[in-house]
Amino acid sequence: MRAITLTGETDTAGFYAAAAALAQQDVSARDVEWRTLARERDLFAAQDASLAPQRAADADRPPRAFIAATRVMLLHRDPARFALAYRLLHRLKREPNLLQIASDPDVARAGAMAKAVRRDVHKMKAFVRFRALRFSDDTEFFVSWFEPEHHVVAAVAPHFVDRFANMRWSILTPRASAHWDGAALRLAGGATRADAPGDDALEALWRTYFAHIFNPARLNVKAMQLQMPKKYWANLPEAAIIAPLVAGAPARARAMLAAAPRLVAARHACGDPGDRTGGALQGCRRCPLWRDATQAVAGEGPLDAALMIVGEQPGDREDIAGKPFVGPAGRLLDEALARAGVERAKAYVTNAVKHFKFEPRGKQRLHKTPAAAEIDACRHWLDGERALVKPKLILALGASALRGLGLRSASISSLRGSAHALPDATLIATVHPSYLLRLRDEDEKREQWRAFLADLRKAQEALQEL
Amino acid sequence: MPKLETIDKLAILADAAKYDASCASSGAGGRTSRGGRGVGATDGAGICHAYTPDGRCVSLLKILMTNYCMFDCAYCVNRISSNVRRARFTVEEVVALTLDFYKRNYIEGLFLSSGIIRSPDYTMGELVRIAQRLRCDHDFRGYIHLKTIPDADPALLDEAGLYADRLSINIELANADALSQLAPEKSLPAIRKSMGRLRLKIEDAKGERAKSRKAPRYAPSGQSTQMIVGADSARDIDIVGTSALLYANYSLKRVYYSAFSPIPDSSAALPLKAPPLMREHRLYQADWLLRYYGFTVDEIATGAQGGMLDLALDPKTTWALANRALFPVDVNRAPYEMLIRIPGLGVRAAQRIVATRRFHRLRLADLSRLTTSIRKMTPFICAADWRPGALTDEADLAARLKPPARQLDLFAV
Repeated sequence: MRAITLTGETDTAGFYAAAAALAQQDVSARDVEWRTLARERDLFAAQDASLAPQRAADADRPPRAFIAATRVMLLHRDPARFALAYRLLHRLKREPNLLQIASDPDVARAGAMAKAVRRDVHKMKAFVRFRALRFSDDTEFFVSWFEPEHHVVAAVAPHFVDRFANMRWSILTPRASAHWDGAALRLAGGATRADAPGDDALEALWRTYFAHIFNPARLNVKAMQLQMPKKYWANLPEAAIIAPLVAGAPARARAMLAAAPRLVAARHACGDPGDRTGGALQGCRRCPLWRDATQAVAGEGPLDAALMIVGEQPGDREDIAGKPFVGPAGRLLDEALARAGVERAKAYVTNAVKHFKFEPRGKQRLHKTPAAAEIDACRHWLDGERALVKPKLILALGASALRGLGLRSASISSLRGSAHALPDATLIATVHPSYLLRLRDEDEKREQWRAFLADLRKAQEALQEL
Repeated sequence: MPKLETIDKLAILADAAKYDASCASSGAGGRTSRGGRGVGATDGAGICHAYTPDGRCVSLLKILMTNYCMFDCAYCVNRISSNVRRARFTVEEVVALTLDFYKRNYIEGLFLSSGIIRSPDYTMGELVRIAQRLRCDHDFRGYIHLKTIPDADPALLDEAGLYADRLSINIELANADALSQLAPEKSLPAIRKSMGRLRLKIEDAKGERAKSRKAPRYAPSGQSTQMIVGADSARDIDIVGTSALLYANYSLKRVYYSAFSPIPDSSAALPLKAPPLMREHRLYQADWLLRYYGFTVDEIATGAQGGMLDLALDPKTTWALANRALFPVDVNRAPYEMLIRIPGLGVRAAQRIVATRRFHRLRLADLSRLTTSIRKMTPFICAADWRPGALTDEADLAARLKPPARQLDLFAV
């Protein structure tokens, strides 16, 4: 039997050095006994932690993966943790994948210990309560008394430095303490409850807040205790009022019921939603697409524009911004129009369908092509825009635009390449820019882009002639 | 009326804020007080500093600036026609409370909301002023969540996001018509437009920051919303559908559900006189299935009767019972996407199964070490030493999986 004595409960560097040497000699875990020096020495171990690794030559340091898997569990208060950790290291020699087998009893136990330590770290971050001391020069010093379950003070202290770097404070616990003077962190030995202040005037306010943010109609003591076990209550100023709050909850809940708002059926009759908006586009209920969309997107541009550009429907960005062609397809259209010499600002830009049709998928919205019935229902609005703007030339982008313009049986491919006469304007048809965005093949993409530009140039020429 | 002390105002304005379910302080990214003048840090995870006897976490100082309100939303305790005691904090009082509580490690920061006084613009302006004072005058680096008012001037919303980690706008109800009836001053299109505006601001600011670290942050913890459950006739599936839409449309971080309490007159036929807490719990489970388990609203609906989620069984189990042909699932072979559909198996445990089974064939005893309980999953899985046989198809499987009836203790008040 070999006895290894570590300098303290948090002497993990000493443990790793000794464990590596033992493993190298293939010493069985059963033949090692792990001891730690008395608790007063903890503070030296903690303070020396930064120097300690030098004691171990690089060659006899345990594998990185082993350190990662045990670094946290070694802070557990269970004296058997060192033996367990060493057993894992020794087994690793013959079972190189051991640490990946989370269901192995040793690995699972080490994992459970690490989880308990992490929980303790988290609870310490949560439940430390500072009390203020005010000195005659009006400066403040904050002191907390806390009782962690495991050896976590040194591990948690930097968290408090991060948030209270410009305060001076001490966190006192039975086995170790952390002190911050505004510039440096000092770890020291344990303290007692009597070393910390007994009260803070702010606690009356804190208890008032705790009492009133509690909803007595939702009393659930079990859920509270699961997260805030009684072992922490002694050092929580709000815990003193938990019992009276619980006892008084039924009466308070009944009082809340008595004072309940009475939901009158309907304060005013709700007519057709279209009525309120005077039948305007935002109140449109001609098809169900309004339901999921943010808003209807009307056309945009001068009302005396010679050119009207008609797309399919607003997309994700357009639905939110309330403007047509401001998303990726819009940017591509802008680029193409600029190359073809068409000024977008002088054109009236709109869509065949005014609401975005999509399918929610996680945090995305997948575009869906509008159905013929939806395009037909929306013709009401497009016809209105045509009558208002009276464009000389209409540029239709894609099949939905054609249908919206009343060309039910025509296709882009049959109309492309030449101008056509509509009752109120000349028509030039081309593909929708989002079609170009969807193409994957680079050659195809280049070819289609050129064809698209050619169509736009044709539109520009036609515009000049009209 | 005698002048109220801060402590009296705190009692009134915390009372008024307790119906807001959110207390999250996560996602703000790394920030510390080192090198600054004040206090505060956020490390992304968020901390619950206390738990009240309703089992809910206290992470933020959650208060209203005032509970005076011009609006008359029928479901709200602060509506103009309600006769609750009223109070209003000064800007200085909110700033001092936040800092004093923070310095004692009671809280992660401030969640500030308000009734509407004078005008939406005036109220929003005051909320922004408090956040600005904390950030600029006191260099406060803890968490700030501002409830924003959809009708306020967009310039104020733009400013709010420069100081706040999170912004939220309450959607209130799943149904637009119910909203216009119960909250005549609110409108769903205005709320959606504001959420859309926030989404674009947040995305654009993220894009700018990706290009340059000097670009200002804008609500780095995103936006969230809250829906009231039980105040109108919306079915669970309508509510889940609304949530799916909100996540997709506006990239919300969270939708919170708040069981309406107490029960309105229109539901007087119901035997329970307390908020429908179990219903709220099931909605949260369904919400999780949407966001982390790859379920669609339609799939969640397959287990729901008449559009309502089963109160006795969680929505994943009801879905599995309605789709038994897909089970049992072999835990040693099934893809991750199928593992997370096993009742009782969570995301973390599924990840551990995938990592472990590369080296080791899993038996039931192994599974019991990887998860908290295997009771619920055994009828739905195969392991190296386990086949459920006829159990998966047993007629009374649903009854067997139901917990003992004492769950309903939650309603006992």
